[in-house]
Amino acid sequence: MIETLEHTTFDVKEIRQQFPVLNRLVKGKPLVYFDNAATAQKPKVVIDALTEYYEKYNANIHRGIHSLAEEATAAYEATRDTVQQFINAQHREEIIFTRGVTESINLVAYTYGRTNLKSGDEIIISGMEHHSNIVPWQLIAEMTGAKLRVIPVDDNGELIMEEYYKLLSEKTKIVSIVHASNSLGTINPVKEIIDSAHKAGAVVLVDGAQSTVHLDIDVQELDCDFFAISSHKVYGPTGIGVLYGKKHLLEAMPPFMGGGEMIKDVSFEKTTWNDLPYKFEAGTPNIADTVALKAAIDFINSIGKIAARKHEDALLQYATEQLETVDAVRLIGRAKHKVSVASFVVEGVHPQDLGILLDNQGVAVRTGHHCTQPLMNRLGIPGTTRASFAMYNTKEEINVMIAALNKAIRLLK
Amino acid sequence: MSQEVKSIAETEEEIVEEFSLFDSWDEKYEYIIDMGKKLKPLDDVFKKDENKIKGCQSTVWMVSELQGDKVIYKAESDAVIVKGLVSMLIRVLSNHTPQEIIEAKLDFVDRIGMKQHLAQTRSNGLLSMVKQMKLDATVYLAQLSTKN
Repeated sequence: MIETLEHTTFDVKEIRQQFPVLNRLVKGKPLVYFDNAATAQKPKVVIDALTEYYEKYNANIHRGIHSLAEEATAAYEATRDTVQQFINAQHREEIIFTRGVTESINLVAYTYGRTNLKSGDEIIISGMEHHSNIVPWQLIAEMTGAKLRVIPVDDNGELIMEEYYKLLSEKTKIVSIVHASNSLGTINPVKEIIDSAHKAGAVVLVDGAQSTVHLDIDVQELDCDFFAISSHKVYGPTGIGVLYGKKHLLEAMPPFMGGGEMIKDVSFEKTTWNDLPYKFEAGTPNIADTVALKAAIDFINSIGKIAARKHEDALLQYATEQLETVDAVRLIGRAKHKVSVASFVVEGVHPQDLGILLDNQGVAVRTGHHCTQPLMNRLGIPGTTRASFAMYNTKEEINVMIAALNKAIRLLK
Repeated sequence: MSQEVKSIAETEEEIVEEFSLFDSWDEKYEYIIDMGKKLKPLDDVFKKDENKIKGCQSTVWMVSELQGDKVIYKAESDAVIVKGLVSMLIRVLSNHTPQEIIEAKLDFVDRIGMKQHLAQTRSNGLLSMVKQMKLDATVYLAQLSTKN
């Protein structure tokens, strides 16, 4: 039997039935959930996986000798295998569980960064980073004397790559770059960024918070040194995330946190570290959410990322066309390659006012600076209204948003 | 004829009555937006960081002063709905004594169905504004009591 990656049948109605929250009303109106870039809703299989874990095999993992501990350990480690396949990592021990992208980036900053950076070295980030990919590097730069350099962004919301090449030098030690912008949707040319960084002798961390749910991720093909994933943005539970790191780098890095699980032997004279991945997983991990993350990835695989992406791209295109018909709307972020994020401002209207009036019509969008204040400053705006689409969204919902938007603007102007 | 100053509770009741005329959410918001637009703009000299009330999304600037034994508030926001809500808070609290302001329950916000705007989310500067108004009143109360 031949297996194809491309799933030909994509039935959005059938998919919606798997997400219980989509049935609820907000302010008496059917929920239109367009805040997926902040967090995606959860399919029933993920919720069931959580319940099942607590109802049937809750136990602390790895050292227990009883049946529950064995089952919990097997389920926890099965997620590692699933994540490994999901992003095509070479080794399973390259998958480290963290609390999320923020912790993943901090882990690299505080271990790799702190041991490898010295005064005069440079870290390159971009002008469209989320605060979580800015602040950890600022903290490490302060500790080590390294400098933070920033790739500028053009008016369309794309990186100015010529400027990146100019910034790269033998001083560059780390490049940490967002794969897809949470505020604008821009997909950055990470492969190019990684290749040229490697030529300059730097390692590259890719912030995959927004990209993992939409794009096929192959860390070996990308050749990135680190890749950070958030579970709750890929239909999984909150409180869990992944750091992928190349094995030789992770092995050379000191531990991030000390405690149980991450040690081999402890004595007051000398403590030795456990092997990968456990060296970086101190303390009792977030077992339930890790177990349920597998259900989320299995769910995505059952739909097929290519089919989902096709649907989401069509939604983005439709939303973009429809938004352009609304008077006074200005789209923010016109990159050639985007994930399904439509960010916009309405001239003369504060995004918060818009957010409040859309919420009253059952439409959940995000308004504000989206934790990317430097980017908003660059674009000369305080914030945007952002509609971000998931595989369960529909064109009809976009119509509801456009009607709600028109009504909101009428009330405000 | 001297105009009688309404008590805080009376003004709250008055606002609740005004809102009872509206059947739908959009009429309520239309009214709030209208009040926001009518709020007298704050002089630019007061729009500085020390008068800013922290909220993640919108900015509120507020100043207060003691006139006799009454506190006078002036405020503005860059978002019009917040401005409307701010305008109601000023209407209710301004021109009252610090003690009255400290004791004000402000349950009209809930009664007109705008409770969500006082919710503990970081996108909301209104709750911080209420706290700041009461804090200012507390300071004035202390000032007044040392004078007496």
